[in-house]
Amino acid sequence: MTAPANTVSVRALPTAALSRRTRWTKLFEGVGFYVFVVAFVIFCLAPFTWTLLTSLKSPATIFEVPIRYLPNPPDLVNYFGIFALDRFRWALVNSALVASAATAISLIIGSLCAYAIARLNFPFKNLLLALVLAIAMFPGIAIIGPLFRQFNAWGLTNNYLALILPNVTFTLPICIWVLTAFFSELPAELEESARVDGCTRLQAFYKITVPLAAPGVFTAAILLFIQAWNEFLFARTFMSQPERLTATVAIAQFEGADFAAQYPWGQITAASIVITLPLVVLVLLFQRRIISGLTAGAVKG
Amino acid sequence: MSTSAGRLTRRLAFVGLLGVRGRRGAQEHADARLGLLMAAPAMLTILLIAVIPLAQTIQDSLFQISLKFENAPRPFVGLDNYRALLSDDSWFNALRVTGLVTLASVAAELVLGMIIALLINRSFRGRGIVRASVLVPWALTTVVAAKMWAWIYDGRYGVANDLLMRLHLIDQPIIFLVKPEVTIWAMIGAEIWKTTPFMALLLLAGLQLIPNELYEATALDGASRWQAFWRVTLPLMKPTILVALLFRTIDAVRMFDLPRVLTNGGPGKSTETVVLYTYNTFFTSLNFGYGSTLAVATFLIVVFVSFIYIKVLGAPTQGARR
Repeated sequence: MTAPANTVSVRALPTAALSRRTRWTKLFEGVGFYVFVVAFVIFCLAPFTWTLLTSLKSPATIFEVPIRYLPNPPDLVNYFGIFALDRFRWALVNSALVASAATAISLIIGSLCAYAIARLNFPFKNLLLALVLAIAMFPGIAIIGPLFRQFNAWGLTNNYLALILPNVTFTLPICIWVLTAFFSELPAELEESARVDGCTRLQAFYKITVPLAAPGVFTAAILLFIQAWNEFLFARTFMSQPERLTATVAIAQFEGADFAAQYPWGQITAASIVITLPLVVLVLLFQRRIISGLTAGAVKG
Repeated sequence: MSTSAGRLTRRLAFVGLLGVRGRRGAQEHADARLGLLMAAPAMLTILLIAVIPLAQTIQDSLFQISLKFENAPRPFVGLDNYRALLSDDSWFNALRVTGLVTLASVAAELVLGMIIALLINRSFRGRGIVRASVLVPWALTTVVAAKMWAWIYDGRYGVANDLLMRLHLIDQPIIFLVKPEVTIWAMIGAEIWKTTPFMALLLLAGLQLIPNELYEATALDGASRWQAFWRVTLPLMKPTILVALLFRTIDAVRMFDLPRVLTNGGPGKSTETVVLYTYNTFFTSLNFGYGSTLAVATFLIVVFVSFIYIKVLGAPTQGARR
């Protein structure tokens, strides 16, 4: 490392340190820094990129030794293959339905709760805060047995509700944290003036606070949707009919269109890309919001 | 947040003990009622879907419940299931696997995440690209990531072997997912890839809260960058690091998706985590009594780990909370 050089430069006066750092060392540091940044970006993206490349190869060229890295020519046959499967199309619809419904319900319940936490004093508030924190760390396996038996008894297996309810519960903590942070940053005076004008507290909440906190609500929505879309444990347990599986379960059990000798990596990688695409698009479009929401949730937790 | 005395007064006002029926008292009374009302749906959901089922799991753990046969008797067996747990080799194996995976992956994530966070804690061209690419492994479905790594690790057509051979780091392909001692590290590698970026992100957020003036002052006092890191950065980062570690440790202890899809616990039981073993006891052996005991044990481990972290964390978070 450059420890000795640094010791000298920081000990000297700032102006002297500047002149000591010649253009060459600056350039060297700059290049080294960007080499690191590029390596890090490759580290993050390589598995995804390799999956994308594989998905664009024809089945014959996937199983070649030595490996050919670039699909030549690119081939969409895997994508046509998976979209021809009823199971896969259903899985996408199911995931979209479950994740959207869970997000919407969690937002409604969570925003009411977050507002109460941010603005009102009420009994059992500390108990509620402790419960929310506990749910964020709660292992789903600890409740899966009773839920499975109960949903069976109520005839809820293979019903969307059986997935929506647990997803709502486990997305609530992030929802409440992000929204509480947003609500408490809004000036209370706006609501107060609305109430002077004759609004009730609840009216002030949904007419003034919620619209003003729209960026926060949107951030929460993205985080909740990603979490619900990725859920696997409950989806695997409470759904068994092929047309009720969500995307995560479908890909975990993927067997391809024909039971050929080779494991259908072409179609699996294509399905992986399709399932991941909504998430990657969300990430690319809303990276700032996602990061601020995530760190708000974690730092204040 | 208001003082505890104020809170107490308000609470007393709520239960009507103070008898204050002035304008203020009535307003606070109304606020308390509205607060309870607004929080009720969330509290009810948590109660119905988490708290009550948890109590049911604890109760089930005292019974012998098999779903293999429709009308099998379900006798009360007291603590027998827990006694069985203490002599269950599979459970201790799962505990060892979970412990190793948690320790190795969380330690690597912390060190790597810290290095990354320190290096990108400045403004530079292309920051947006870095931020977006950091989020890709985090946002990616774990099940999908597991499939991706299974394909990368493939013994014959996997790109990992191909790259290592081309770089002349190995002369024989490694069969990643067949030998227990290799497989578990392959799984840990996939876990580190998936979660390090998130760790870096949290740590970066913590770093950005440290005012630059502090570093300037330590530099004027003649401290090296290394000293500044140990004396300024780390102490100030302690709460952030602990919160990040808490969440990552709990996540690692709860690990299910990755081992289930990448290795299904194999070869043998060499990558069977606690949650995966519990899951299989429920839904493969259909043994809901003993499964519940395992589930309760898992829950207690999570409680224990978070208790230790929160104990260590103590004062700083209390202060940081609004």
